[in-house]
Amino acid sequence: MNPVFHLDNASVSYGGKAVLAGVTLRIAAGEKVALVGESGAGKSTLLRLLREQQPQQVAWCPQAQGLVPVLSVFHNIYMGQLDRHGTLYNLANLLKPREREVNAVGQVATMLGLAEKLFTSVDRLSGGQQQRVAVGRALFAGKPVFLGDEPVSAVDEYQAEDIAQLITAAHDTVVLALHDITLALACCERVVGLQDGKIVLDAPAATLTANDLAPLYRRGAA
Amino acid sequence: MTARSLDTTAAPLRRLSFGLALLALLLLPLSDLDITVLDPGAVFAAMLHGAVTPSLENVDDPLAALLATLAFGLQGVALGALGGFLLAFAMHLRAVRVLAAFIRAIHELFWALIFLQLFGLSPLTGVLAIAIPYAGTFARVYRELMDESDPHAADALPRGTGLLSALAYTRLANAWAHLVAYTSYRTECALRSSAVLGFIGLPTLGFHLESAFRTGDYSGAAALLYLFFAVIASLRFWLKQPLLPLYLVAALAYLPPVARIDGAAIARFLSEDIVPAPLRNGDLAAAETWEKFAAWLWKLVDTQVLPGTAQTLLIGGVALVVTGFVALLLFPLISPLFTGRGARAGGHGVLIALRSTPEYVLAFVGLLLAGPSALPAIAALSLHNGAIIAHLMGRWTENLTLRADASHGSNRYFYEVLPRIYRQFLAFLFYRWEIIMRETAILGILGVATLGFYVDSAFSELRFDRALLLILATALVNIAADQLSLYLRETMRLKSTPERL
Repeated sequence: MNPVFHLDNASVSYGGKAVLAGVTLRIAAGEKVALVGESGAGKSTLLRLLREQQPQQVAWCPQAQGLVPVLSVFHNIYMGQLDRHGTLYNLANLLKPREREVNAVGQVATMLGLAEKLFTSVDRLSGGQQQRVAVGRALFAGKPVFLGDEPVSAVDEYQAEDIAQLITAAHDTVVLALHDITLALACCERVVGLQDGKIVLDAPAATLTANDLAPLYRRGAA
Repeated sequence: MTARSLDTTAAPLRRLSFGLALLALLLLPLSDLDITVLDPGAVFAAMLHGAVTPSLENVDDPLAALLATLAFGLQGVALGALGGFLLAFAMHLRAVRVLAAFIRAIHELFWALIFLQLFGLSPLTGVLAIAIPYAGTFARVYRELMDESDPHAADALPRGTGLLSALAYTRLANAWAHLVAYTSYRTECALRSSAVLGFIGLPTLGFHLESAFRTGDYSGAAALLYLFFAVIASLRFWLKQPLLPLYLVAALAYLPPVARIDGAAIARFLSEDIVPAPLRNGDLAAAETWEKFAAWLWKLVDTQVLPGTAQTLLIGGVALVVTGFVALLLFPLISPLFTGRGARAGGHGVLIALRSTPEYVLAFVGLLLAGPSALPAIAALSLHNGAIIAHLMGRWTENLTLRADASHGSNRYFYEVLPRIYRQFLAFLFYRWEIIMRETAILGILGVATLGFYVDSAFSELRFDRALLLILATALVNIAADQLSLYLRETMRLKSTPERL
């Protein structure tokens, strides 16, 4: 089967500092991959490279959530499908939400526990609720591939696992950057570990324990 | 004792402030500060008497003037906002930025003087005179506000989203509240501009204000001013967003922005009147024509542009410093850190009166008292702009929380409050500088020897070629002041966000 993503010896540097150094990675359709590693290891940059390979196929859930604070939960989630409608339709829906869209967005919001807040503006929500809106926007995009950068870091741990399952169930291929090792092992089938911009671990989740991943996070604490 | 150099953040701000104050002190003797009115005391007493006995008895149809003021102001600001909004999306192009800077560097009154030649004393003249310079300002500010919005929002959208959809859902949605707030602030400014247009003959409040003052009907003048204050102070109660279309339609119906277009006259103005006289009559191929033109140009520069520019810079510079002093003196009046609730209400009243009265009107009154010198111009510019900055600073101190045992009185002012707000104070002062320079030039129409004086004379002598070149010179002076202010704000890192420590 053709890989969805294929990086061959990819390197990225910002201002002379290497962020990714010679990364080779294949991700096939249907895989559920967790990216782990301490902050600054290159996870976000790697995700961005992947997005550029399949821009039309990807539901994108960035760490900087990019929500529009003054707009409602409904509008922020609806933004996931802006590319599917004409400008006039989008503008009309901005001024007066369409019933059809309210129902569709409402389903996503309900799954994420946001039904009560559907017409509340995002700036009035808690951090965890805001993050769920960002996930909702990506889910609503309805793409085959989901790329998420710490999509559930601000959500409490019980909800986090539910939402992660929701994401993996709704998408064919999933790549999530996660700092929560337990969550990574629980919801993904394959774990890719990054350190200093290099892949230092790539193994099926079933063969790994939390202890195997711990060294990836040790250096910062020393 | 040896002098120690201070290694503090405040040190460069202090040097800049003292440097400016020193410069202003040195410039002051160069400007003409004479009082030429024989008995200013008597005039002042008569004005005070008028101020406490306001009456519209001798004013002809003040309601029509009020409605015209509102109609010109609303139409002008609406057209300007629309134009500025469209221009804002092209502001990444240098040519558009230059165009916007140029059209806003020319004051409404100068635009009005130009359009008077093209469209006569028509509503179109009034509306365009406001709309054009306002469009230049809106273009810049709208663009800045949209650029400040969170760029991540647009990046998070699915690829393939249409440009307009992306704009409406992200940048525009993010900046909307700021755009609305700024537009409503500018609406207030437009009403002031509209009132002032009366001074050159349009049927707004300024027209009646001028005749009332000129005929010594100070009760009538006071009543007109109070009427105007009431309109400005009540704006937030009746100028509601959902009602805007209604007001606009009403304004358009009341004073449709039309003019009797005299094509031949317009063509003559554009193709003959504004062409420099030596070129208009001479043979363009002859070297002699160009020699005459050079002599004509040099004479204009030497006898009008240079002295006018010098006076404009002089008065504008001194007014900038005095404005700063006025603001620093006045802001405690409305600051909860210095003034109790009851007295603050009085302070707000003083500041509203000073900032609602256009500089032009203040200067006009000052000229009646002191005669045509720099003194009333500086006083008018400083009182009006100082009150605006004092208002903003006072509002900011509402967010300052001092520790429970903080000092009081002047110790509190100099040790606790001033250092905390000084950077913003300077930021605002330099923001206002562009406006002060624009107004300084325009006060020449009243007789002060700034550039506006020469522009106005050229128009009344029907020498439009000179008038246009002089207006061009004022635009360049304003653009230069704007650039210098931008440079100072950037090098001194003068932000406009409040500092809290």
